[in-house]
Amino acid sequence: MNPPRSALAGVARVFVYGSAVLLSLFILIPIYLMTLAAFSSNEDTYDYPKELLPRGLSTETMSFFINFGGVLDALQRSVIVALVTLVVALVIGTPAGYALARFAFRGGDTLRLSVVGTRAFPIVILSIPLAVIFIRWGIDDTVLGVSIAHTALALPFVVLTTASVFAGVSPELEEAAMTLGCSRATAFVKVALPLALPGLAASAIFVFIVSWNEVFAASLLTLRHRTLPAEVLALLEGAPPNFRFAGGFFLMAPSVIVILLIRRYLFSMWGRVLK
Amino acid sequence: MTSVAEDVPLGRTARRWEVLPYGLILPTVAYLSLFFAWPMVQAFQLAFREGGAWTIEPFRMMVNDANFEDAFKFTMLLVVVIVPLQFVLALAMALLINSKLHGRGVFLAIFIMPLAISDLAAGLVWQSILTERGYLNTFLEAIGVIDQPYIWLDPTKPNQLLMAVVVAELWRSTAFVMVIFLAGLQGIPHEYGEAAEVFGAGFFRRVRTVILPLLKPSLQVALLFRIIFAFEAFAVVIAITGRAKTTLATEAWRWQADYFNSHVAAAYSALILVLSLVSAGIVVWLLRTPREQMLQ
Repeated sequence: MNPPRSALAGVARVFVYGSAVLLSLFILIPIYLMTLAAFSSNEDTYDYPKELLPRGLSTETMSFFINFGGVLDALQRSVIVALVTLVVALVIGTPAGYALARFAFRGGDTLRLSVVGTRAFPIVILSIPLAVIFIRWGIDDTVLGVSIAHTALALPFVVLTTASVFAGVSPELEEAAMTLGCSRATAFVKVALPLALPGLAASAIFVFIVSWNEVFAASLLTLRHRTLPAEVLALLEGAPPNFRFAGGFFLMAPSVIVILLIRRYLFSMWGRVLK
Repeated sequence: MTSVAEDVPLGRTARRWEVLPYGLILPTVAYLSLFFAWPMVQAFQLAFREGGAWTIEPFRMMVNDANFEDAFKFTMLLVVVIVPLQFVLALAMALLINSKLHGRGVFLAIFIMPLAISDLAAGLVWQSILTERGYLNTFLEAIGVIDQPYIWLDPTKPNQLLMAVVVAELWRSTAFVMVIFLAGLQGIPHEYGEAAEVFGAGFFRRVRTVILPLLKPSLQVALLFRIIFAFEAFAVVIAITGRAKTTLATEAWRWQADYFNSHVAAAYSALILVLSLVSAGIVVWLLRTPREQMLQ
């Protein structure tokens, strides 16, 4: 005989919630441990067995990391590169995204496909010729060089996500503004732009993180003036545990915060791109 | 992929040969030509031309390099092990979120947390857990499974190193696949699954015969991207294994950064490109929908 339906449903419920909780723990525990490690005292980072609960928290390890080698300068450069990348990629890419969302024009689909296609050509391939070209141009080992590479990486992303964001803003609203006497530009600035702004901001924040995270190109294009991930990678071999713990946390934390901030826009940003 | 614009032409202004859209895309096209397309051409020149003549010397040096075999094997292993495991995990996560679960908003927020974490950060996170004086050993010793620290990241045990990198990559990059699946699942009406349930299909049968076939486009997109990304594995391997294990991307990086030989570095990156495109192409071709099936 089959067990009564409610009992079966009960077992299924336990299974469903059990798996959801287990998967959540798989994600959360490493984030928790990395945070714990980064905020333990210098002494504790060498200690074994480790504390599994937050006891005796300290900012010693974090300040050790910040003051280690060229980390502070690298942090500054990382922020500059990410901001330059964000601004340039958005200024160049948003009009293209708008064009893809609003106009039927010859070459539009080709542009969309080529922009998607750029992801097939990884940064690994792009950075090597860029390193050679930048030496020739005299912008190797500069913030400018890394920003150029990161913008090339972020631009396709900006075009696709902004196209998706503008597609979610009804064109009728702009048309209405234009019948009421607005020019196309005014209709865009006064109607479409404010409505698209949250989505555009989400896209911008994501671009910041793409640049913040990028290490392959950044470490090939720099030698002494490294960005933060490149600096961490360069100092990794033989680095003490407190450097690794704080470095891991420092690179991880902004990414987690950003995703939680923009999570409600993830699907409107990517929704149409992924179909 | 139909352009959104065709569905919603903006009044009279959306004529085929209007100048405005071309003006709007011009900066993007110019930038990508100068800093994307042109460097790509240069990359192939670096790999195939030296001193004004065609050559395969960089490829000969790459294949004869002492690290080549190890890098090639380890990269392929990573792709073959990570991608299938990740798809099962991502499907489970997406189905959980898509079911009538209480607190699904919270679970979704947790599942997407690693979405933007870099592979270097993920490597450092898992290194802190797996290192000899790390958190896994602390935990296992506390519950009495081991009585002295076990060396998980033993450079002489390649399988353990592989598993460590696999776990870190599953932790980091499964969220990406899940988001694609979730977007796909939301396009499948709940009624389909409910209808199958009425006719007595169990959960796994519903997944196999109703959900997976309808999810195929999302599967293809996710596979395409994940295979391409998996071939780029780099910093996560360095952070976890040090110099004990290497990948094709790591070798490209070393030849450029340490040995200053752009030709061999470009040869490595050309190999990565060919391998990832061919594998992605094969997988997408295997998952293709035959025309007859589409017409039904």
